[in-house]
Amino acid sequence: MKVRIPTPLRKLTDGQGEVLAEGKDVADLIEALERTYPGIKGRLCDEQGALRRFVNIYINEEDIRFHEGLQTPVKSSDEVSIIPAIAGG
Amino acid sequence: MNKMKGLVCKECKKAYPAEAIHVCEFCFGPLEVAYNYDAIRSVISKEKIQQGPKSLWRYKDLLPIEGEPTAGLNAGFTPMIHAKNLGRILGLDRLYLKNDTVNCLTLSFKDRVVAVALTRAKELGFDTVACASTGNLANSVSAHAAESGLRCFVFIPSDLEAGKILGNLVYKPNVVAVEGNYDDVNRLCSEVAGEYPWAFVNINIRPYYSEGSKTLAYETMEYLDWQAPDHVVVPIASGSLLTKIYKGFHEFESLGLVGPVVTKIHGAQAEGCSPVAEAFKEKRDFIKPVKPKTIAKSLAIGNPADGFYAVKVARESGGLIESVSDEAVVQGMMLLAQKEGIFAETAGGVTIAVLKKLAEQGVFKRDESVVAYITGNGLKTQEAIAPSVGAPWLIQPSLMSFQEALKKSDALKEEGDR
Repeated sequence: MKVRIPTPLRKLTDGQGEVLAEGKDVADLIEALERTYPGIKGRLCDEQGALRRFVNIYINEEDIRFHEGLQTPVKSSDEVSIIPAIAGG
Repeated sequence: MNKMKGLVCKECKKAYPAEAIHVCEFCFGPLEVAYNYDAIRSVISKEKIQQGPKSLWRYKDLLPIEGEPTAGLNAGFTPMIHAKNLGRILGLDRLYLKNDTVNCLTLSFKDRVVAVALTRAKELGFDTVACASTGNLANSVSAHAAESGLRCFVFIPSDLEAGKILGNLVYKPNVVAVEGNYDDVNRLCSEVAGEYPWAFVNINIRPYYSEGSKTLAYETMEYLDWQAPDHVVVPIASGSLLTKIYKGFHEFESLGLVGPVVTKIHGAQAEGCSPVAEAFKEKRDFIKPVKPKTIAKSLAIGNPADGFYAVKVARESGGLIESVSDEAVVQGMMLLAQKEGIFAETAGGVTIAVLKKLAEQGVFKRDESVVAYITGNGLKTQEAIAPSVGAPWLIQPSLMSFQEALKKSDALKEEGDR
């Protein structure tokens, strides 16, 4: 599935704003991203593996906190966006 | 004087240059301006401020621009009033209202943040400015961009009040009405900002932009004869305004311009969108996003960027965060208009309704100073209050017709009650 990468992480994806990765849920997808782009998991998740306070993840424009967080299931046709929480207002 | 050292992550303290960036690459924390306070202390004084322009630029030494201001030259320095009528009803001898409904150019507190953001955006070499907005910010960016000759894109939810949509179109920016709520607009803009080299005032320019809100605190202290008030009541959307008002009080304290600051910072939300008030009540240190449903559209941010920090500020300062129903919001708007002559938008209704709620809970002592921030103008949100204000008497142009209408009305009865 398509995963959109925010500017602060593009140094880890060779400048790409959109990458492809697969997984059964969001946590699994982050592991897959980590295998291709080492270091990315540490930016998104804290030491306990929880999503960092200032990272938001959306599946097809819907915040995963309205679903099951990192355990939210994903499928190949989904579009995933990783977005810094600090914006707006 | 080089007053800006650069930017620094509020969380992990990593330093960055003073560029158009807003998020820490390592922990995603917000970037803030790091000031050289020693240099500022050596040039700032009460006298210098008092001799400055009658705008927010009198506090230029504490605002994140390198040169002279080039946008929003008349923003800020709005009236502050001693609200004796409303104070009498609420049992407060020293109630003050900061009236940003008459801010310049576009009648909301957003003219403050935009004055700083556009000046900084021009310094950084941008020729296009943009924003995600619930309405007031878009109006202000549109007006100031027109004045500055900058290309402009404003992104708003498509269901905004008519006055706020027209208040953009008249300046001829590119108005993008998004089919979704503000949180959808904001998420989209974060993605757009990653693709286009534009100055998004509340995204990549946010570290500078948000500093403009501090001037509400500075003006409050200057008006109160260089003292911070005992209490303030601040509306919460993203939470940025509340945290910056707190910062403003403490900056003046650390620069020795006011004595010790013990101001309790209270926050106000509408029940239909109260993720910050909920987190405060449940003593959580994280925000659960919500889907907003309230007439207070300018505060309808379900996923507030600074919500976490707003909770922290309220808690640390000894303040409270309360929420009120839409019905109470309308009553708050009417109360403010009918007692103090200020026609505020829905956010002002939220603030007054929460002020009233706190007063009824006994949070304020009679002789304590209380300042409520009225951040936007009621002419922009007429739909919200139209059903509640009644209609004019329709009469023929004759004395008899007037007298008949007068008899039917209770206008003279009210006169007798005075």
